[in-house]
Amino acid sequence: MTARPAANARLLLHIDWTACDGRGLCTEILPELLGRDEWGYPIAPGHGSDVPVPDRLAPAAEEAVALCPRLALSLRRRD
Amino acid sequence: MSPVTQAVRPTVAAPAGTARLTSGRAPGFGSHLADFGPIPSLVAEGLLEELRASGLEGRGGAAFPAWRKIEAARARGRSRGRRAVVVGNAAEGEPLSSKDLTLLRMAPHLVIDGLLGVATTLDAGSIHLYGPESALPAVARALAERPDARAIDLRPSAETFVSGEASAVVSALAGRRPVPQDRTVRLTEAGLNGRPTLVHNVETLAQIALIARFGAAWFRSVGTATDPGTRLVTVSGDVASPGVLEIAGGTRIGDLLGFAGADTAALSAVLVGGYHGAWVPAAGFSANLAREQLAPFGAAVGAGILMALDARRCPLTLASSIAGYLAGETAGQCGPCVNGLPAMAEVLHRLARGDRNAGLPAEVRRLAELVTGRGSCHHPDGTARFVLSTLTVFAEDVAAHLGGRCAKDHS
Amino acid sequence: MNEALWALGRGTGVVALALFTVSVLLGILTRSGRPLLGLPRFSVALVHRNVSILATVFIAIHLLTLLGDSFAQLRVIDFFVPFLGAVKPVWLGLGTVAVDLLVAVMVTSLLRRYVGRRVFRAVHWLTYAMWPFALAHSIGNGTDASQSWFIAFAAACSAAVIAAVGWRLTRGFVEYQGIRQAAAPDRPVRARRNP
Repeated sequence: MTARPAANARLLLHIDWTACDGRGLCTEILPELLGRDEWGYPIAPGHGSDVPVPDRLAPAAEEAVALCPRLALSLRRRD
Repeated sequence: MSPVTQAVRPTVAAPAGTARLTSGRAPGFGSHLADFGPIPSLVAEGLLEELRASGLEGRGGAAFPAWRKIEAARARGRSRGRRAVVVGNAAEGEPLSSKDLTLLRMAPHLVIDGLLGVATTLDAGSIHLYGPESALPAVARALAERPDARAIDLRPSAETFVSGEASAVVSALAGRRPVPQDRTVRLTEAGLNGRPTLVHNVETLAQIALIARFGAAWFRSVGTATDPGTRLVTVSGDVASPGVLEIAGGTRIGDLLGFAGADTAALSAVLVGGYHGAWVPAAGFSANLAREQLAPFGAAVGAGILMALDARRCPLTLASSIAGYLAGETAGQCGPCVNGLPAMAEVLHRLARGDRNAGLPAEVRRLAELVTGRGSCHHPDGTARFVLSTLTVFAEDVAAHLGGRCAKDHS
Repeated sequence: MNEALWALGRGTGVVALALFTVSVLLGILTRSGRPLLGLPRFSVALVHRNVSILATVFIAIHLLTLLGDSFAQLRVIDFFVPFLGAVKPVWLGLGTVAVDLLVAVMVTSLLRRYVGRRVFRAVHWLTYAMWPFALAHSIGNGTDASQSWFIAFAAACSAAVIAAVGWRLTRGFVEYQGIRQAAAPDRPVRARRNP
């Protein structure tokens, strides 16, 4: 897991914590970006609800968004 | 361009000194008009310019410039052709705060003036006042006294810690559970029913009512450049006369505690900003209650909450009880908060109860870091801030607990 | 030609039931949040989705082939409105109900980003009604229902689904359930407790 995923990333992976149930699919698809905390919820060290996505991981991030069983993920362009 | 303050022509002398919001003699409408003068006609561009010049920041805790939120809702409403929603927020979920309740009882008409002024500026489609059940009778009486306030919809707030968070307020107004929502766009863009929604704290609205009457220059004549005007603070804890005070912005913490009858020499610290705030130790009592001077302690004025702690009381016992309360006040929506806050409170509790495991403080810190930023509102962040501040400011007490030699009062 | 359609109709019905059974099992596994042996969670979810789509395709063929069959005397309305059939209307009706539920579940699944999580979940629960309806229809309507291979097949499917549902109902079914706080997302708002 990289300590600081791309500071200049153009995409943000937003986690809706009210929807997230820590099913773990996103952490399998994006192991470089997301780990799991001790209760199984996704965690990106140094980031909270908006995780910068390096360009090379954008397709995987899109897949994670599409496969999240709780629809808890969304991708946004960074302002 | 004409000078900003030109539009303001008060017909009644502006309140002098630091009693402004609290300068009215009685809460009735007649007294209100006699004390503060007629309802200001200053709206739209004029009001926005005046607010911008005044430097007024939101008094609900986030300290966002008051004019900017209004401007954002106005711009959005115009570009989308959707009429805005204006909400006066008096939901003080914070048990240490009672300034909004006090304000609604003492000067409900200032709040109503502010609400109506902002609503006119935004050409709002609906106006709501959201506050605790106990405040509503006073407001209902005030609304009945004046013909211009019929459009204001009075709504009781839930008695939970997070009920006053802006998106929780919007949820409540929409008839849903009063819990925060996950938001990717601002409420001023799309809030209640997708309309641009402005949620202002009631003290902010009352300040707006005064600025609309007496102008930005008058507002800035008290306080400091970075914290102009007056603000309401709630002082509690180990002081002789706890309660709500109106103080000049940037007042020294020591002076403020003195106003509430505290013997500052007998205090170990004061909690600033409420249960989501941070401790300022006695050595910092010379600091002003202002952003830049509170920053070194990790504290912020927030909603103007101070709780004094007597040096004889064990801070860890108190902090553990507060952390336990905050853990119980999770809205139950976000996994890291639901699980992390009780875990963190439990470890702090063990430390407070005399468990001498030397790894406990590090475990508290780890859990605090783990929950920070991982919720849809700031409840986990605020709780972590409070707990971390406790460990830092009361490092000696932590050492005493781990050494089994804390001699303070644990009740 | 009629014989061929009839065989295809029967065959696709049986295959669809098998696929639905697999889909229900994988759906329950997906809900648990657990991987399957070497298969990661997202693969389990993908296989669950693809098996369901495949089963739906088989059901479509099942319906179309039997529409062309003179013995079944099916009309298009029997695909959607239950219990109007000319032959074995009750058993046929159960199949129709299952198709209706299938359409609802598939549409809300494929469009879940648009219908939202709540609608998706609520409708998805109907799967637990759809599967027994489909099974009952296959037993009541199926030409092969009295054959021992079919009885064994139906029994195996039933045993698997009953076992999975039983597992679904146990505590510890969801990964991390044992260490998470019990607080459900829809916990009622608490009364104020002051320290």
